[in-house]
Amino acid sequence: MIPRTRVAQVLRPLARATASTPTAASSRMAMRCIATSAPRLLSASSPRRATKLTTEMYPGIKRDERFKQLSSDDVTYFKELLGSDSALIDGLHQDAAADIEPFNEDWLHKYKGQCRLVLKPGSTEDVSAILKYCNEQKLAVVPQGGNTGLVGGSVPVFDEIVINMARMNKIHSFDEVSGSLVADAGCILETTDQYLAERGAIFPLDLGAKGSCHIGGNMATNAGGLRLLRYGSLHGSVLGLEVVLPDGTIMNDLCTLRKNNTGYDLKQLHIGAEGTIGIITKVSIQCPRRSSAINVAFFGLESFEKVQQAFREAKGQLSEILSAFELMDGKSQSMVHKVRPDSKKPLEDEHPFYCLIETSGSNGEHDYAKLESFLEDVMTKEIITDGVVAQDATQLKSLWSWREGIPECLGHWGGTYKYDVSIPIQDMYAIVDDISAKMEEAGLVGETDEYPVVGVVGYGHMGDSNLHLNIAVRRYDVEVEKILEPYVYEWIADKKGSISAEHGLGIAKKNYIGYSRDETTIGLMKQIKNLYDPNGIMNPYKYV
Amino acid sequence: MASKLRILVPVKRVIDYAVKPRVNKAMTAVETAGVKHSMNPFDELSVEESVRIREKKRFPGGVEDICAISAGPPKAADVLRTAMAMGADRAIHVELKDGEDMEPLTVAKMLKAAAEREKSNLVILGKQSIDDDAAQTGQMLAGLLGWPQATQASKVEFGENDSITVTKEVDGGVETVKAKLPMVVTTDLRLNEPRYASLPNIMKAKKKKLDKVGLGDFGLTNEPRLKVLKVTEPAPRQGGGKVEDVDGLLAKLKELGAL
Repeated sequence: MIPRTRVAQVLRPLARATASTPTAASSRMAMRCIATSAPRLLSASSPRRATKLTTEMYPGIKRDERFKQLSSDDVTYFKELLGSDSALIDGLHQDAAADIEPFNEDWLHKYKGQCRLVLKPGSTEDVSAILKYCNEQKLAVVPQGGNTGLVGGSVPVFDEIVINMARMNKIHSFDEVSGSLVADAGCILETTDQYLAERGAIFPLDLGAKGSCHIGGNMATNAGGLRLLRYGSLHGSVLGLEVVLPDGTIMNDLCTLRKNNTGYDLKQLHIGAEGTIGIITKVSIQCPRRSSAINVAFFGLESFEKVQQAFREAKGQLSEILSAFELMDGKSQSMVHKVRPDSKKPLEDEHPFYCLIETSGSNGEHDYAKLESFLEDVMTKEIITDGVVAQDATQLKSLWSWREGIPECLGHWGGTYKYDVSIPIQDMYAIVDDISAKMEEAGLVGETDEYPVVGVVGYGHMGDSNLHLNIAVRRYDVEVEKILEPYVYEWIADKKGSISAEHGLGIAKKNYIGYSRDETTIGLMKQIKNLYDPNGIMNPYKYV
Repeated sequence: MASKLRILVPVKRVIDYAVKPRVNKAMTAVETAGVKHSMNPFDELSVEESVRIREKKRFPGGVEDICAISAGPPKAADVLRTAMAMGADRAIHVELKDGEDMEPLTVAKMLKAAAEREKSNLVILGKQSIDDDAAQTGQMLAGLLGWPQATQASKVEFGENDSITVTKEVDGGVETVKAKLPMVVTTDLRLNEPRYASLPNIMKAKKKKLDKVGLGDFGLTNEPRLKVLKVTEPAPRQGGGKVEDVDGLLAKLKELGAL
């Protein structure tokens, strides 16, 4: 069982154990629960500047004149189609700005569209009818899941209609023998995983935003997350998809079998297509057995060389039970500590690097013994400087919070420039030092409000050579951007890395795809886009 | 002249409190096979407090010995190792058979014998274990030993002449009591925040002394006075429902006769 995702149940027995008095420990955990959404709460009350419209940030993007302006008739049509008032937010006839804002703006407050209509279809047929109409009328649309994306792919740029999948949230079937799950696209990842947990299985994907993100969105963005090391990419675990194409055609490829070598594997095109060639409405996915034994260790290291050594040793000694190997630099941890001063630091001293190792297997004692002998080994070889091992499920959860909490804590000061890159492992961390030095040189980093940059940090999935280069800022600033782009992309191209390892392209990286793909490949991608979506109504101004 | 502290810390291996317990098929007990076990959270607080008393030099005469003790199956040794990794000096494992359980009175008798044998002058134990929730052992132990007791401690302070002032969690507030060593203190959740067991300390803990004894060594036998007739799960909570919109809400309220 993985109690890490079960805050409520962690709280329950504590509450029972302490009768009615609130306790330090339970309030501490309550703090942690609150902390997961604190940045958003803070930003609502602090004098954060209102998010600029995406069109102001990207003046180069012009509204495509082929697209029709939304009219009263269109809204009436959708109202009749969806049949209930709650399935639609109408910003055309009334002032619904506050209701629509969460659909127009991404959670990092970086992108803001000007959509005036949000549709919440309740079935595949709804989606099909909506798209058919939009395609005929040339109304541009943006498919939206939990809106937890990081590259502005899930919010409109101009007045595109948002098609939010939240109402399609049913789990249809789960085969306990084969492990294949069929569920609606709008199911929340954490809820789905809990459903599976009750049946001894696990969703082969886990990420920090699990409490909000939709599995359909996960497919559409080919999310990677924390367990890729163990369960592989979605391209492998997805068995089938039901997709509504831009003209309303329903492509039903909801295969529940692992093997199906019959013709082109079209579903693969939709995994990672970011809603540019269709809307995923149902998902069929292979879910492995949930490991009954989870162990977590957290340790400090003195250099990136040592981190690499530790990773090599971990792969060798823990091999089949290793399920996560996460890297965090010292700065990222001290920033988490600054934002959450009440949560207990795992290690007393400061270290330049920290790693979190998770093992999962079927035999707790066996795994623990393996983990312990590995840790003893790397400790005596002085690869790691200090470390702790979670003694119970609550410690396990709080150790993970030091890794999973980074993105939210970095956003505490106002915003974050995020680069999610793949770089060959030996050069992986060099880019953080490099950017950090450049920012210092330019005098942009400081403790007080006049400096835009709070800090440059790196963390990520060591197991997948995937680094998150994050620049925590007090405000989005042109000076900072000048240093970052295109420098970061050139740096990565030079090392033959990828400019977007798991976050996708969206609007943020659309113009930089050339650093990671050649002309021919991009040309073929454009052909596919035109083939599926000749009118270009699906998630325009983004992707390729 | 102030004496030195010799602390006895009883700990228990229980189902991890993040795990949802399930009743076994025969409805005779909670299923324990293949379920994650950890140290009883209140006992973690006891260990942490003992170690802090030593580290922060809170007792004028100093801490001479911190001894963890657990009665349980072979695997109870794991929680004793954890206690030693957190800072206990040594441990005593009173071995029971797998599945064998002791009632609070037997535990208290055993701890009395242990406290006398180890010349302990302070016993810090959890106010209850989260598996049986009996919350009796500390009180019975104090009674058997004839020592003063302070239960549900949220703060422990030391004064002149071996005096201890304990702030206790009670309904509606706190109560402060003062007594002299020797003493029994039971811990509550506000007392402290237990540390993580660090790797170097886990390694050191392997070399610390762990004595294995039997109940017989204390002149005791395990004779339960209670018989468990049946164990059942609480009635499942009636789940709430979701409504689509205001109309749906109104319809539902009418249906339930609330409007």
